[in-house]
Amino acid sequence: MHHELEKLFGYMSEFDQLPACMTDVLHIVLMLADDMACNHRNPKPATVFSHKNMELNVYGDDVEVDYRGYEVTVENFLRVLTGRLPASTPRSKRLLSDDRSNILIYMTGHGGNGFLKFQDSEEITNVELADAFEQMWQKRRYNELLFIIDTCQGASMYERFYSPNIMALASSQVGEDSLSHQPDLAIGVHLMDRYTFYLLEFLEDIHPASQSNMNDLFKVCPKSQCVSTPGHRTDLFQRNPNSVLITDFFGSVRKVEITMSTMKLNPNNTERTEM
Amino acid sequence: MKGGSKSKVPVSIWCGHQLLEVLQCISSSWTGPDLSVLAVRCYPTLPPRYLQVPGHFWGMALALTLRSNRSQTCSIPLTINTKSITPEKQRGKYAALSIAAMVIVVGLPLWWKTTETYRASLPYSQISELDTLQLQLTMEVDVIFTKGTLTAEQQNKVPMSQTQENYYKMNDKTGLRYRYEMKYRTATVMEDSALRMESVQEADVSLSQLNESPSGSLVIYVIPETSGLLPDGINVYMGIYRTAILRTSLHKEAKMEELLSVIGPKILRIIQTVTFTNNDIKASMSDRVPTGKFTKESLADSMRAFKSSYEITFSLLNPDPKSHDLHWDIEEAVDKYIQPFLDKLSGVANFSVDSQILYYAILGVTPRYDKTISSYTLSAESLPHVINPVEARLGSNAASSNPVLNFLLYVPDYPHCPLYIKDQNGATVQSNAFHSPRWGGIMVYNVNEKYLDNNRFPVQVNIDTVRVMEVFLAQLRLLLGVQLAYVPDDFLMESPANQGLTDWELDRFLWLRTLENIATATTTLTSLAQLLDEIGNIVIYDKIASQVYNAVISVQAAIAELEAGNLGFAFQSSKEAILASEKAFFDPSLLHLLYFPDDQKFAIYIPLFLPMSVPILLSLLKIAKEFRERRNMAKKKD
Repeated sequence: MHHELEKLFGYMSEFDQLPACMTDVLHIVLMLADDMACNHRNPKPATVFSHKNMELNVYGDDVEVDYRGYEVTVENFLRVLTGRLPASTPRSKRLLSDDRSNILIYMTGHGGNGFLKFQDSEEITNVELADAFEQMWQKRRYNELLFIIDTCQGASMYERFYSPNIMALASSQVGEDSLSHQPDLAIGVHLMDRYTFYLLEFLEDIHPASQSNMNDLFKVCPKSQCVSTPGHRTDLFQRNPNSVLITDFFGSVRKVEITMSTMKLNPNNTERTEM
Repeated sequence: MKGGSKSKVPVSIWCGHQLLEVLQCISSSWTGPDLSVLAVRCYPTLPPRYLQVPGHFWGMALALTLRSNRSQTCSIPLTINTKSITPEKQRGKYAALSIAAMVIVVGLPLWWKTTETYRASLPYSQISELDTLQLQLTMEVDVIFTKGTLTAEQQNKVPMSQTQENYYKMNDKTGLRYRYEMKYRTATVMEDSALRMESVQEADVSLSQLNESPSGSLVIYVIPETSGLLPDGINVYMGIYRTAILRTSLHKEAKMEELLSVIGPKILRIIQTVTFTNNDIKASMSDRVPTGKFTKESLADSMRAFKSSYEITFSLLNPDPKSHDLHWDIEEAVDKYIQPFLDKLSGVANFSVDSQILYYAILGVTPRYDKTISSYTLSAESLPHVINPVEARLGSNAASSNPVLNFLLYVPDYPHCPLYIKDQNGATVQSNAFHSPRWGGIMVYNVNEKYLDNNRFPVQVNIDTVRVMEVFLAQLRLLLGVQLAYVPDDFLMESPANQGLTDWELDRFLWLRTLENIATATTTLTSLAQLLDEIGNIVIYDKIASQVYNAVISVQAAIAELEAGNLGFAFQSSKEAILASEKAFFDPSLLHLLYFPDDQKFAIYIPLFLPMSVPILLSLLKIAKEFRERRNMAKKKD
C-alpha cells in the first residue's frame, strides 16, 4: 500500500497542480485539481512519469482519484477533514477515521506566506487549516496526524496549528521558494518538485518492516539538494520523533490479536429460544 | 469730495458684487474727470466697531489712492449676514444634515442586520451545565439465602433491605456514584427445590423461571458450603440469565450485621465482575478524559467504539479454485448461530449481514514451512501485514458509511496446506484465527483430512460451519465489546451457547454503552457549543438548534433514568442523545464561511463606503465648525 502512496506523491507534485491527499494509512482520499494524465497535450496519454527517463509511471492502475477537477475546492477539502459531508456522499469520498487512525495529509501546489492556492480562484489560509484540525481533534477524528506540504514558503502553513499530536513537514521556510526538479523538454514543463522527488526516493527504500523513524524523514532533501531549507514542527506531538516509525504513517500495519477463546455451539439445538 | 470722508456702502453679499461696490465707492468719491485711480489696496480687516452691524462679521477695507495725491478710503465691509443667509445655503445645510442622519439612523442598522448570519438560539447554559457530570447508577440486587445457610435466629432478621453507595471520582468534571439497593430474604420452597436439581444448568433455568428479574438487576442465591451443586474450586456460578449462585460458609453464631459485613465484599465482587469495575467505566467514558498520554489500552477498551449500525460481512477466500471446490451453507449458519445474537442486540443497534466468496484472493504474506509440525505457519509478526492486501478486494456497500465488520475464512491453497498460525511464543493457535480491533477477524480453515485421492482435483469441500461460527461468534463478541476480558479463577460463567449472549452480558453491555453514549454526547455538545461561540459567522439553522435541544433533553433524561435504575430506558435515551448530537455536529451546513482576515474586510468595504461617506463627513465637519465659530462669536459679544 505504501507503494501506492509513493506513486501518488510523485503524481501529485507533477505540473504544480494543487492536489491534496489524505490517508488514514489504509484508505486514501485523493483530490486532484487537474488531470494531467488525460490532458490533450500529454504525448503519452494516461501516463505520468516522475523522471525524464520515463522509468516509473506514477499514474498506474491503482491510482483512484476521488475528487477531480472542479470538485477540488477549499470547501470540499474542509468538509472531508471535518466530516460534514452531505449524506449522499459515498464511502470513497469520506475520511472514515476515528480516534485510532493515524492520518497523513500531503499538499502541494502554489502557495505563499500563510496560504495555499486552490484552482486559481481561491486559497486556503493557515488559520482555516488550524481550525479544521482543531475540529478534528475535538471530535476525535485522529490519533496522530502527519502534515507534509510542498509549496513555496510552506513552513508558514503549519505555524498556526494548535491541536495536539500533529507533526508537520514543509519543503521551504517563510521567504523561500520551493523549486522544481527537472524539466522535460518533450512536454515543456517540469516533472516534479525537488522536495517530493527526494522524498519519493527516500520512501522507495522503506519496506513494511522498516525501523526508520521520523528523524530520518526530517533529513530528506537538505539545502544542498533542495536549494530551499525544509522545515518541520514537532512541538505539538506527544511522542518523541525518534520513536515514531515511518511505517506508522506510511505503512499498512494493523493492530491484531490472536483469538484465544471460542464459543461452544450446539449444532443439534434447532430451537430458537424465546426472548 | 474733499478730505478723507468715508463713505460706507454696507454690502451684504459675498464675493461677486465686490467689484460693483468698488466702483460705487469710487464713483461716490469722484471729484473730477481728471482723477483716476492709481491704486487700490485691499485690507482684509474688521471694520471699526461703530461700523459693525450685528450679524456681519468680517469685512474688507479698500483704500483707493487717487492720482491727485489724495487718497480716498472706502471702507466696504464685505460681510456675511447669517440672518439673511440665502435659501440655497440653508437648503444645502439641511440636506447634508438629513443625509447624515439617514445614514446613521437607518443605514447603519440596516447594514448590520443584513450582514448578520442567522443563528438560532441554543441552550448554552444547559450545555455548560452538562460539562460537569455527576452520575448515579442505581442497581437492584436481590440476595436470597437458601435453606441451610442461616440459623433460625438469623432468619428472623430477614427480609431486610440495605443500600450501599460507592463513589468513584474519575476526574474533576466527572464523578459516579454506585448505589446498590440490596434486598435480603430467604428462599421460597420452590426455589429451594430448584436448587436441588441434578445440574447447576438445570437449576439456573428453573430459578430464572421463578424470578422475573428486570434489566439491570441481579439475583444472587447463597448456598451453603456443603452443597455439591458447584464443582470443586468454584465458588460462584453465573447463569445465562441474571442469576448467580454463591457458595459460602456463614458463621452460625454471628449476628445478622456481622454476617452481612462478611458476605458484603463477596457480593460486591460478584456484582463488579458481571457488571463493571471502575476501570471499565473509565475506558468507556474515555471521551471525557482530557487530552492525555495515550497509554497501552486494555483488550476491552481496544475493541470499543460502538456505533448505531453495523454491516457484517462473511467472506470465503479461495485462492486456489483449481484444487478446492468450496461450499459453505452460510445462510443457514448465520440464521442459526449469528442471528440469535444479533436479535438480542436489536434494541441496541442495527445489523445487516451479507456474505461473499472471493476467488484468487491471496494473503499478502508468504507462509514459512515448519519441519517440526510439517506444515506451513504464519508467525505472529507477519499477521499485521495480512489484512491490507486483502481488504482492497473485499468491497463494501458504497452508499452507506456504517462501520463494517469483516469475517474472512481463508482456505489455504494446495501448495501451502496445512497452514497454522503461531502466537508470539511460537505455539500454534488452537482456533487458527486472529482479529483486528474495529475491523474484523480472519480464520484459516485447513482441509487436510480430505486429501484421499490426490489425482482428482478439484476436491469437493463442505465447510463445517459450526466450527467456523464458533470462532466467528467469539470474535464478533470481542469486537463489539460484549466479551468479558477477565474472569476470576473461582468463577464459572455459563456459556450462552446458541443464544449468543447471556442476559447479564447484555445488561453489562447496556450499562457501559449508556455511559459511553452520555460521555460522548456531552463532549460533542460542549465542543459544538464552544465552536459556535468562537466562530461568529457560522449559520445555525433551526433544525440544528432543534437537534441540539433534543440532545440536551435526552442526556438529561438518560441521567435521570440511570438514577432511577431503569437501564432499558436509560439506554434508549442515551442512544437518542448521541444520535441527535452527532447529527447536529456533523451537519453539512455548519461549515463556517471561509475565514475573513481583517485586512480583507477593509478591502471589501472601503471602495463601497468611502466615496459615499467622505462628502457626508466633511460637510458635517464644516457645519460643526461654523456652529462652533458662531457660538464663539456670540460669546464674545456678551
